[in-house]
Amino acid sequence: MLELNTRPVEEHSLLRRLRAGEDGAFEALVRRETPRLLAVARRLLRNEEDAKDAVQDAFVSAFRSLKNFEGSCQVSTWLHRIVVNAALMRLRTKRRKPEESIEELLPTFLEDGHHVRHPHEWRDTAEALLAQKEDRDFVRACIDRLPESFRTVLLLRDIEDLDTAEAARALGVTETVVKVRLHRARQALRTLLEPRFRRGTA
Amino acid sequence: MSPALVTGRPSLTCREFVEFLYDYLLGALSARGTAEFNVHLAACPSCVAYMKTYEASVRMGRAALLPSDDPVPSDIPEALVQAILAARGGS
Repeated sequence: MLELNTRPVEEHSLLRRLRAGEDGAFEALVRRETPRLLAVARRLLRNEEDAKDAVQDAFVSAFRSLKNFEGSCQVSTWLHRIVVNAALMRLRTKRRKPEESIEELLPTFLEDGHHVRHPHEWRDTAEALLAQKEDRDFVRACIDRLPESFRTVLLLRDIEDLDTAEAARALGVTETVVKVRLHRARQALRTLLEPRFRRGTA
Repeated sequence: MSPALVTGRPSLTCREFVEFLYDYLLGALSARGTAEFNVHLAACPSCVAYMKTYEASVRMGRAALLPSDDPVPSDIPEALVQAILAARGGS
């Protein structure tokens, strides 16, 4: 059995060893990156087996395209993009139920353009509101309640840090669609969070 | 583009404020559009609250989902590692 290598590996030396086909380099990379990539896949897929399959798909396709990797970003960044794509691919094949509407989670306005329900400030800063695990679980559950195509855009842009163009490419939609969906997803998340966190609540 | 931003109508409605908030926060509005947003914000506590809680929602989503908050388990799933190494061998 090869020695477990969890130390940070010098980037260019790692690439050189990978391209030379060193088994040890590939295993070291798999061991170093799997926990983080699995966390990404879990967030997108919400299913342990699917997440593991996506990570495996990602490493296989990374290995196959290693010769095309120009080293313009870190190997870990490159792998992150690949696992996002692998997870999205799985999400697409599983998405069978019709998309729910997000309209009911968006703010409403009177004819004169004023808010129907006046938004309230929240009782503390975002960071302080999430000190308790149950509050973090609540936020996660609210994100899970978003219709899938909105949840996915929110995750790619606000959590996984893809830029608009990258998210549009990954999802096969235009950049305008990404922007519109992200804004609606954030508004819907705000609507879902408000009853628990607004000023005057416990 | 908002009618107010195009026609030069003096004031923005709350609906328009919310609709173009994304661009405002990105700094993607024209100088005149940004100025109109600032005028609206100075006069509308509801939209101030909306903007603050919109931004808080983004930060809270991030904080609730990212590993810094919920550390990635240090144990590496050995079965998965072996499956990946085997799949690579067969590719």
